[in-house]
Amino acid sequence: MNKVTRVQSKTMVMPGSDIDTDQIIPARFLTTTTRKGLGNALFADWRYDAAGKPKPDFLLNRPEAAGCGILVAGNNFGCGSSREHAPWALLDFGIHAVISTEIADIFRGNSLKNGLVPVIVDKVTHGWLIENPGVEVTIDVAACELHLPDGRAVSFPIDGFSKYCLLNGVDQLGYLLDHADAITHYEHTRPWKP
Amino acid sequence: MSGKSLFQKVWDDHIVVAETADTPAVLYIDLHLTHEVTTPEAFSVLRSRGLRIRRPDLTLATLDHSTPTVPVTSLKDLDVVSEPAAAAQIRVMIENCHEYDIELFGFDSDARGIVHVIGPELGITQPGKTIVCGDSHTSTHGAFGALAFGIGTTEVGHVLASQCLLQRRPKTLAIHVDGQLGPGVTAKDIILAIIGRIGVGGGTGHVIEYRGSAIRSLDMEQRMTICNMSIEGGARAGMIAPDDTTFQYLQNRPMAPQGAAWDAAVARWRNLPSDPDATFDREVAIDANQLTPMVTYGTNPGMVVPIGDPVPAAANASARKALDYMGVTENKPMLGMPVDVVFIGSCTNSRLSDLRLAADLMRGQKVAKSVRMLVVPGSEQVKRAAEEEGLHEVFRAAGAEWREAGCSMCIGMNGDTAGRGELCVSTSNRNFEGRQGSGARTVLASPLTAAASAIAGQIADPRPLLRQLRDVS
Ligand code: SF4
Repeated sequence: MNKVTRVQSKTMVMPGSDIDTDQIIPARFLTTTTRKGLGNALFADWRYDAAGKPKPDFLLNRPEAAGCGILVAGNNFGCGSSREHAPWALLDFGIHAVISTEIADIFRGNSLKNGLVPVIVDKVTHGWLIENPGVEVTIDVAACELHLPDGRAVSFPIDGFSKYCLLNGVDQLGYLLDHADAITHYEHTRPWKP
Repeated sequence: MSGKSLFQKVWDDHIVVAETADTPAVLYIDLHLTHEVTTPEAFSVLRSRGLRIRRPDLTLATLDHSTPTVPVTSLKDLDVVSEPAAAAQIRVMIENCHEYDIELFGFDSDARGIVHVIGPELGITQPGKTIVCGDSHTSTHGAFGALAFGIGTTEVGHVLASQCLLQRRPKTLAIHVDGQLGPGVTAKDIILAIIGRIGVGGGTGHVIEYRGSAIRSLDMEQRMTICNMSIEGGARAGMIAPDDTTFQYLQNRPMAPQGAAWDAAVARWRNLPSDPDATFDREVAIDANQLTPMVTYGTNPGMVVPIGDPVPAAANASARKALDYMGVTENKPMLGMPVDVVFIGSCTNSRLSDLRLAADLMRGQKVAKSVRMLVVPGSEQVKRAAEEEGLHEVFRAAGAEWREAGCSMCIGMNGDTAGRGELCVSTSNRNFEGRQGSGARTVLASPLTAAASAIAGQIADPRPLLRQLRDVS
């Protein structure tokens, strides 16, 4: 995983709540065996018409979306399935952070493991961001702060370990494998065996 | 100090390294279930890093998500009926299992099926275990008092390589369901009512324990229906304390402990239920006496109403969008809305008792002319058992299609889809936009409501039909 210390970009806004992983990437695109190119399938059912042509009025197809690396989304973003294809598709498209008032558990975990920063903010900040699409904001991972254009800094929660992994590009498998001795010890000493 | 909850007992029992303020716990995983869709990248990572699988003996594989539901007995058949990408994905899974020595319940196995149906059937889903799978409905296995939750592909790689996961301890939510269900009201209606109450994000960050007299009186298949949809309430896991119903279900299953090991296991399992003085971070109570058949009206499972109640007016833009997508009129009930497709299947409602419920209602009846109906058993075992009872004949005689086991129209990954604009009454778990095919509209319901709607050609309450049947007999 690459190091992620800050994300600085314009925002694009999808105000709808409960945007689920079937919208982020519909299941028919999951028959792949690699994560490459999934950005093309991002929000496919909202983005393309039945003939596969881009719908001009959908956010991702509009000129102002170009170069936006931060998605501001409605409450409970990423609910639904465990498909890691969802953060893969967002990253492949060029989105490096999602800001919402709530982000679903599995999606959030998957995002952190791939360097997509989940940012949970209060309702007031969220409301302002929804009302003001296209503003330039900065996410400072080390400080756990979202910097707004008026200079205000809003803090957001990330557990220390995930933050450490983002900042240092640490992939968690390496960390787990460092505990091989403890795992072996557990296997040998547990009172019952599965 | 207060007592421990079921969740806390299973969690504590699997801590390899305790969590600290700075680091998550290393949690040991007793059973890793895998399937073709969420594993290929995980195997690629293992391969590129030269890692072995730590415990292939605690890993089990099946083919379900992108498999066709028309008969396939060999890989040659697969190329004929499957689209190339889905066929390739299945091939990769078979090769990976072979290379890494993982037991695969594939096309040649009479135990193949939806991953959450076969684990319990084989008896490898057991109380007190930690169980994971790259699929969010892994919560199903919690019906046995296991701690079971869905993981992403990166985590699939973690478990393959280390048999462990890095986890923060979640919060606990107790949901008490007391009272007695009326006729025609099922476990599916309980869980839909719960999701309606807590909302699709209501369980985020929590593990649910379902408790109370209504839960205790459910059989294992209905308990699985409840736990299955925990994730639709935002909770990664839902659990039910093991009891005699659980033990009876498991006894003599092929992968359950046998003989003296069985007795020891049951003795251990009897200690798992939450202590009387256990506390939970949150509690919610539901009165089972008040429940009726439930149907969803929107595009997430929290948008749900009792079948005769009017659809609530849209409170915001998202709700408005959902109603428009569904073509639903606010302030009117869903009852009577024309239906194009009926799907009975999925890891929520594709077990023998689900099929029996539907078949009992459909015996001697016809699926309405305007309706296409698909019945897809959850596993090859369910299929055989249903056929032994002649259920397939009941469905076929009524005009429904009887298919091979798989996820089928729950996810629409291999041919089984509803068309653009079609309304599908489905026993599955997700009514997201396009879940059952681009532009398809899904109404979630119980097998009884689905069967009644198939006959009526419109969304129908199963209770009048049930009463008729009772009066006749
Ligand atoms: S039946 Fe549906 S929800 Fe269940 S595992 Fe298959 S695709 Fe997932």
